Amino acid sequence: MPKVDAVLVGFGWTGAILAQQLCDAGMTVLALERASARTTPNNWATTFDQDELRYMWRHHLFQNVKYSTLTFRNNVNQTALPMRHLGSFLPGTGVGGAGIHWNGQIWRWLETDFKLKSHNEQRYGKQATASLTLQDMPVSYQELEPYYDMFDKICGTSGQAGNLRGAKQAGGNPFEGPRSMPFPTPPLPMTYGPKLFEQAASSMGLHPFPHPAGNLSQAYTNPLGLQLGKCTFCGFCEKFGCGNYSKASPQTTLIPYILTKPNFELRTEAEVLKVERTPDGRHATGVTYIDAAGTEYFQPAEIVALTAYQLHNVHLMLVSGIGQAYDPATGKGQVGRNYCYQTMSSVDVFFDDKLLNPFIGAGALGSVIDDYNGDNFDHDGLGFIGGAYIAGTVTGARPIEMLKVPDGIPKWGLEWKRAAAKYFLRAMGLSVHGSSYPQAGNYLSLDPTYRDQFGRPMLRMTFDFPPNDLKMTKYCTDRAAEIAARMGASHVHPKARQGPYDITRYQTTHNVGGTMMGSSPADSVVNKYSQSWDVPNLFVTGAGLYPQNPGYNPTGTLAALCFMTADAIKSRYVKALGAPLVAA
Amino acid sequence: MGQKSKRRVNRRELLALGGALGTAAAAEALSRHDGMLSGPSRTYTNALPWDDGLTDEPEAAGEGGWQYLNEGEVGFLTAAVDRLIPPDPTGPSASEAGVVVFLDRQLAGDYGNGARFYLEGPWGKGTESQGYQSRFTPAQLYRHAIAAIEQAVGKRENGKAFKEVPADLQDVLLKQMESGDLKLDGPITSKAFFAMFLQNVLEGYFSDPIYGGNKDASAWKMIGFPGAHYDYSEWVTAYNKPVPVETVGLRGRAAWRRG
Repeated sequence: MPKVDAVLVGFGWTGAILAQQLCDAGMTVLALERASARTTPNNWATTFDQDELRYMWRHHLFQNVKYSTLTFRNNVNQTALPMRHLGSFLPGTGVGGAGIHWNGQIWRWLETDFKLKSHNEQRYGKQATASLTLQDMPVSYQELEPYYDMFDKICGTSGQAGNLRGAKQAGGNPFEGPRSMPFPTPPLPMTYGPKLFEQAASSMGLHPFPHPAGNLSQAYTNPLGLQLGKCTFCGFCEKFGCGNYSKASPQTTLIPYILTKPNFELRTEAEVLKVERTPDGRHATGVTYIDAAGTEYFQPAEIVALTAYQLHNVHLMLVSGIGQAYDPATGKGQVGRNYCYQTMSSVDVFFDDKLLNPFIGAGALGSVIDDYNGDNFDHDGLGFIGGAYIAGTVTGARPIEMLKVPDGIPKWGLEWKRAAAKYFLRAMGLSVHGSSYPQAGNYLSLDPTYRDQFGRPMLRMTFDFPPNDLKMTKYCTDRAAEIAARMGASHVHPKARQGPYDITRYQTTHNVGGTMMGSSPADSVVNKYSQSWDVPNLFVTGAGLYPQNPGYNPTGTLAALCFMTADAIKSRYVKALGAPLVAA
Repeated sequence: MGQKSKRRVNRRELLALGGALGTAAAAEALSRHDGMLSGPSRTYTNALPWDDGLTDEPEAAGEGGWQYLNEGEVGFLTAAVDRLIPPDPTGPSASEAGVVVFLDRQLAGDYGNGARFYLEGPWGKGTESQGYQSRFTPAQLYRHAIAAIEQAVGKRENGKAFKEVPADLQDVLLKQMESGDLKLDGPITSKAFFAMFLQNVLEGYFSDPIYGGNKDASAWKMIGFPGAHYDYSEWVTAYNKPVPVETVGLRGRAAWRRG
């Protein structure tokens, strides 16, 4: 195989961002993708896309656990067993990755989320963070802002700014950090349920604003010349592709551009097994991948970038033996440490007298409050830190997944059937999208027993909700229930997240940590430019970079970090190949 | 080519596809695109990864007789699904909507065969939060569980089958399965079976009619779901009003078809 300037392992959002950036800088780039190529007209055309059974319940666009899974346990005293069926999270596979079937909820972290540990210690004292292994990011909101803006422009994000260069804007999120530019497109209109949420929250003195959306309110042409169409509110975003070119995805915003580049090549059905290094271990020579025939190939590269999903990036680091694997018994090692999730909960809301028509929806259509997120409220005396955004978002009403009946009604039988018929058009859920903070026993490692189809140890997940996060979800879910009551609902059922963490029930595909970004090799796997401390020509992208997960959807921030990484590679790294961008 | 070594991974699939990717083989690769390494590596430069003339359309449930279920299983399922979703003027019962046909086709196909389950050993009992730990495919699980349930019912009810006992007793038995209180011989708990069964019944009742259930979109009509509509822009801000669109599935609706 001819050597390339950069080989990318996985071709979803961050693979596509790096490919676009590095190709435009004249580098030769090869993306290796384990599954097949997929396009809008071939794979999720509007004529057959709106199919709940096939895409959601039969996992048509998701990673197939038959070929790729992990083992799971709640704590180190249990024996981990394979995740034999997808449930709690739904990673993607193939070109576009999970960027195809996401909702398009595009968020930025709060300024304080970047210095979470020091900020909370300063405000609440060291005991407030003692049970958690929080740490600060080595990058600030201000440094990342230009890259957040780049991603918004690539996506055409629809929304209403709340803070424009320091000036508060009516109707936006008053808690957000300053934006250099307004959203590229105006916010989506509200359907009835979100409008009721907005009115209720407003009347309570809270600060509702439109959910920032990658489902576009109007036609848009991005800086690469790619065009997106206006959303038609069909209600099939999350778990589905968008046949209408209305949802920002690698397919709609980057890939058609990248594939016009003569210095780019995409190779599919090519699964990377390992990062290869020089005998001293300090330099990556390339990667070994395998094809369907079982033939292994060595692909040499000047730069290796792990651009797969967070779980796979951590797995590749561990099976390649790069860095030291985290051991909770000793606290030593960084790879796999600080695995976090997202503490999701909800409030079921039913109206006897209102028709909400929740089938009219989009992945990020709705109204949100950020009053109870991060440190936007005083935690003094609450016994926890962190928080959640509370969203009156209606993404659609796919009935197998989303039909609900009020509590107290059986799950089947005549009474259920009559309630289902009565309430389907009269119900919605408020989403409470909570932070997930790290504790010492939550981590990712290699399983001692189970092996994958290539003979490598499987990834093992050890995770349960920290007491801090269970207190957080209870508090924030109760606040959401107050809003629901103000909406005039007939039935309000708060469903705070309960432990233990259960891998069978869908919560969210926001798995983070394990390849954390930090200020030194003693607290992290990579530096602020996503560059490995141990192997300076290895870069790792994605939500694995997060030392903890704030109460926001991860894609906006991981995309911004990826643009920043690309910038550092183009402007600095290529001038001193193999050199660390940050002194260890 | 930097060939290093050979392994057995998916070799059979590659041989089946052949060296040159003809249209039929490409269609097969496309239909299995979600599996890892579902075909030979393909390289794309200077062109979108677009397969001319191919779409990854869903496969509809076939017509005709039972494909997986035997007569006894059909009897059990027909009775049981109609206790989960009974007949009444609100809308169709589960069996009237075709849910048993749906279950049969699903169990005969990829779902039943565990195409998206990891079923390699070793097996542990596991905790509830670790989820499905059976070595059975869903099709095998239904076969074993229904036989064990009929055995348990027969022992209690003088050799009667589930479908022969009165409806109120059927409800009691289903509730005991739901809680796991109905003890079964063999490795499957009634609770594990019931959880999968109820989920599959809801899938059959509310999925697109092409899969054999939700006949003529009757379950969607019952709840007011318009189905596979492309554009609701006109009604986004029409608050608290019925949306005047007709229910439609991926294959259109009955009125679109001749006689």
